[in-house]
Amino acid sequence: MDRHISAPLKEEDINELKMGDYVYITGTVYVARDAAHKRMMELLDEGKELPFDLKDNIIYYMGPSPAREGRPIGSAGPTTASRMDKYAPKLLDLGLKGMIGKGKRSREVIDAIVRNKCVYFAAVGGAGAILSRAITSSEIVAYEDLGAEAIRKLEVKDFPCIVIVDKDGNNLYETAVSQYNRE
Amino acid sequence: MRTIDTETIIKTVSEMCIEASHFLTPDMKEALSKATESEISPLGKQVLDQLSENLRIAGEDMIPICQDTGMAVIFAEVGSDVHVEGNLTDAINEGVRRGYVDGYLRKSVVSDPLLRVNTGDNTPAVIHYDIVPGEKIKLTLAPKGFGSENMSKIFMLKPADGEEGVKSAILSAVKDAGPNACPPMVVGVGIGGTFEKCALLAKKALTREVNKRSDIEWVRNMEEELLDRINRSGIGPGGLGGSTTALAVNINTYPTHIAGLPVAVNICCHVNRHSVREL
Repeated sequence: MDRHISAPLKEEDINELKMGDYVYITGTVYVARDAAHKRMMELLDEGKELPFDLKDNIIYYMGPSPAREGRPIGSAGPTTASRMDKYAPKLLDLGLKGMIGKGKRSREVIDAIVRNKCVYFAAVGGAGAILSRAITSSEIVAYEDLGAEAIRKLEVKDFPCIVIVDKDGNNLYETAVSQYNRE
Repeated sequence: MRTIDTETIIKTVSEMCIEASHFLTPDMKEALSKATESEISPLGKQVLDQLSENLRIAGEDMIPICQDTGMAVIFAEVGSDVHVEGNLTDAINEGVRRGYVDGYLRKSVVSDPLLRVNTGDNTPAVIHYDIVPGEKIKLTLAPKGFGSENMSKIFMLKPADGEEGVKSAILSAVKDAGPNACPPMVVGVGIGGTFEKCALLAKKALTREVNKRSDIEWVRNMEEELLDRINRSGIGPGGLGGSTTALAVNINTYPTHIAGLPVAVNICCHVNRHSVREL
């Protein structure tokens, strides 16, 4: 089913979202990938504050190509989420509510999603040109030295993605594949 | 003896980087649009439509098809009667640098695998040289994204594993890759040679047109059978379920040792980019 929701996420929206829903997100999402996650973990280990508030927010696993003049961002599709599996449970326990990426997640991440009532969305991998059109502004909030791996704050309008793992731990990658398996 | 100056090489490589990141070859476009017609899952069809639309926007707005504009892999077939004025490797790397900087492509290369400092210009490229007869240089550029590269595998099988062993190795690599490799994928396979030779065969297989089958009968049959079996796995476009998991299985082979049966599976996402130029 098609749904329009806002970000940061609201509890009532998360409760409605079901695996397989096609969702259009409008609002603020944060961007972080491998190197930024590593640094955020180091901050937490040292007992320091993160560069942005996790509460109710979505992290989009992405590293854009450079923006041409007059555009907010370059190509901006999802990266493989499993590389962040090592870090995600801790962030979810600290208040993060949603993740956008692509590909499978570990058991630990799915358990943390259920424990904290969160959502894992996938955007279509390799569709970075079309997805960039849903991003209206992009601002670096930390780690500019990391280039494409810096933490960014994005404003998005009707950003298209699909619910892969809902708050109850239902996993579209498992059910959809078995539905179409003809071996 | 023919002379080619390095400025020509730099300019050509730079153009190839920009071209490959924004436009797919006609065989890939055709394979994607055929898949959209035959896909049985409504969500799968929606994903494939989105990919075609993505290609259109990439070309019109000059925005890369995928943000991961890859590590630049170059196959250089250098004619033995060509003299390059200057350093060919430096020229190729300078072409990559200019292409990625001037073309607004993402710089995805770190200088050391553990220290991980970005080189800032996507160099160095990975270059494979071949000396061939003649007085031309043929360059094939295939920028490789790492969503799918990370799902690639090598298997050192035993001769006794035979055809069935080869097929199940390839199928297991594809199934493990699943949604991570951005399906529909192109599956490049190398069978034979040594450890490194079969990986190179697999990489090069990805640059063959997806509608062109092997000249060797058993290889052609295996390519067709595996494509059918992969598309019955149910993984589908984006891994969201469906009948389009791969667009092609391209297999290259080479003689091997009496004790071995190496198999490499190099998976590419649907953005199977390459650009070919002859100088």
